[in-house]
Amino acid sequence: MEQAGASLGKPRDTKGGRATRRELFARALAAAGGLSALALTREGLAKEPAILDRPDDWAPGNALERMRRDLERALAKPMEKRKWVMVIDLEKCIGCKACTVSCVAENNLPPGVVYRPVVEEERGEFPHVRKRFIPRPCMHCDNPPCTPVCPVGATWKRPDGIVAVDYDACIGCRYCLSACPYNARTADFGEFYTEGLAEGSEAFAGPRASGYETRPSFEYGKEWRRTPGSHASPMGNARKCQFCLHRIENHLLPACVTTCLGGATYFGDFNDPESLVHELVGSSRMMRLKEELGTEPSVFYLA
Amino acid sequence: MNKGVKTCLWAAWIVLAAVAAYGLGERAVAGKELANYGSYVPWGLWVSTYIYFIGLSAGAFLLSSMVYVFGVKSLARVGRLALFTAAVTLGMALFSIWMDLGHMWRAYEVLTRPNFHSMMAWMVWLYTGYFLLILAELWFELRCDLATRAAAGGALAPLYRLLSLGWTCPTDAAELQACHQQSLRVLRRLGALGIPLAIAFHGGVGALFATLSARPYWHSGLFPILFLTGALVSGGALLLCLVSLLGAGGSEREQKELRVFLARLVLVLLVFDVILEWAEVSIPLWYGVGSEVGLWKEILFGHYGYVFWVFHLGLGVVVPLALLLKGQASRFATGLAGLLVATTFLAVRLNIVIPPQTEPHLRGLAEAYSDARLRFEYVPSLFEWAVVAAVVAAGMAVFWLGLRLLPLLNGEGPEEDAAQTVSSEPVAVAASSESAGDAAEREGSAEPSDPDAPPAIQASPA
Repeated sequence: MEQAGASLGKPRDTKGGRATRRELFARALAAAGGLSALALTREGLAKEPAILDRPDDWAPGNALERMRRDLERALAKPMEKRKWVMVIDLEKCIGCKACTVSCVAENNLPPGVVYRPVVEEERGEFPHVRKRFIPRPCMHCDNPPCTPVCPVGATWKRPDGIVAVDYDACIGCRYCLSACPYNARTADFGEFYTEGLAEGSEAFAGPRASGYETRPSFEYGKEWRRTPGSHASPMGNARKCQFCLHRIENHLLPACVTTCLGGATYFGDFNDPESLVHELVGSSRMMRLKEELGTEPSVFYLA
Repeated sequence: MNKGVKTCLWAAWIVLAAVAAYGLGERAVAGKELANYGSYVPWGLWVSTYIYFIGLSAGAFLLSSMVYVFGVKSLARVGRLALFTAAVTLGMALFSIWMDLGHMWRAYEVLTRPNFHSMMAWMVWLYTGYFLLILAELWFELRCDLATRAAAGGALAPLYRLLSLGWTCPTDAAELQACHQQSLRVLRRLGALGIPLAIAFHGGVGALFATLSARPYWHSGLFPILFLTGALVSGGALLLCLVSLLGAGGSEREQKELRVFLARLVLVLLVFDVILEWAEVSIPLWYGVGSEVGLWKEILFGHYGYVFWVFHLGLGVVVPLALLLKGQASRFATGLAGLLVATTFLAVRLNIVIPPQTEPHLRGLAEAYSDARLRFEYVPSLFEWAVVAAVVAAGMAVFWLGLRLLPLLNGEGPEEDAAQTVSSEPVAVAASSESAGDAAEREGSAEPSDPDAPPAIQASPA
């Protein structure tokens, strides 16, 4: 997905000079492979011209490429100097749920555990009805209500802004689940999608799927293996989105960012004024969920 | 105890134990797969039973403090029983919440790596202190009896020696009196220490919920007070039920006085609790506007409205109030009223824990991702009830053992006790050497025709 995304709207021939906005637009349209790409580029031009106008060495129009470079710059800094944030453009989200699925695949999430559902909101009355899609990852609040409640300090706010969970310490009391005002934490009840199915009884959910389920995940940079009959972590734990910390530390953007068909999800270091997310957070369309609670989420929405 | 009641209790225990075997077996093998709660309703029946039992414990303990700290003579006979009830129900509460943990064997971490910002960590530390305090109080209260029984020999002598921690009862009258005076002083201090502890931990259970700003229904300053009142009502009602069922020693007149006193106490507390509850219900509902209106309407008139109207208001308030107002003199009426208030208080706890979790924080979240664990609905599964049956069966078993083995029902008021023990010491020794079960049996069945209490009752040390 990253490669596909990287080709969207990228000018192939700049001939050493700066392309005009009109040329860029035409090239972007020509290079667009589908409606999602069209949406990304058009929105980029119409709403966030700054993204495309930058004359720097990054490829104009390519938000993913820019975010990758932002990521590299951020990783070159000490952890406490970074502040990871996510920006989600609701005008661009097409509700495909690719982010939800890629997150499940990336983290090998079992039944009942979801890090990034997409909430659908319907407004208006017929014939003036409009749908809006609101992806809801963990908000990684600057003032998280979920961390101080943990009786054993198994969840905390890292210096880089990510709210992490120590799976080896979590006792599974689910107090943090109750404390989160976004329902962003889920509990791993030790279940398997293929549980109870006879070996090979289903072509698509037999041993192959079972193998998928027991494949390790690499959350927080460790190898976590879920095996039926075992109660080992992360089974029994509270689980949540960690901005794909294991990917970030390996110089990769979070799975939901790279797989977003509409190019609606942005990620980067808010402490870097040159970063794309820093620019987007300054938008007049910026809002955060339940701002009134004072949780100071690190996930921003462009409404 | 009436033979019919005894048979019923045995039958109930056997049924509970059978169901418990299923529940514990499933819990050990399949974990919590058969539990109906999930990630959006993360706390279910077991958390409700936890706060229910912990309320019973705090209530029973606070009543015991009235004996040891404030010297309330009317309650003197239930001091030991109240302490032991507090210990057993505390154990039931902790058993219940232990079953609820995703990693049961990591529970010790709350002691080894506590996060004192968390109300839950405070709870565990306070419970630990509270449990040790109850054990200390019980030991000082029973040490003379235990030492006497250990000295009397018999098959259970090693057990009594162990429970008395090798302590020996002085034989000299003056020394014995000094020893009792010391016990009284220690009990008064421990009881005094226990009052803020019990208030802190049970008010703290309320705060455990109330501090969560994410849930407006819980996020109320009244919650800790409501929890304390609830504890006193339910704990007091349990003691009233036990006293009516088992008796508490003394003549029939004395027993009746005790029952009437407890009945009036429960009556007043119940009325006060209803007033607080009225405040909790009426304020958010008064103008019909606000974030809690829908939730309260669901509690009162939704699918599970019967939990409030039938179990809580009907069987837990109206019927007991009528019984307590009209039938204070009747052992059956006070016993039934106590039983109803104490058992149906679980409905109050369920209505505290479950409904606020059934409201999504974000509208549309319920439909965003389909999974059985991601629903904003909850009804306890049979498996969950089976685990609760295990908790109740275990509690009943420990309570029964306590009644059989420990002199819980022949406690006297600390003040008169100290004076009487010296003069009747030989009787105490003789009486203590008999089976505690027999003693309990006899006291429990004291009839009006038996105006004088058994010597052991009069002579037992505090």
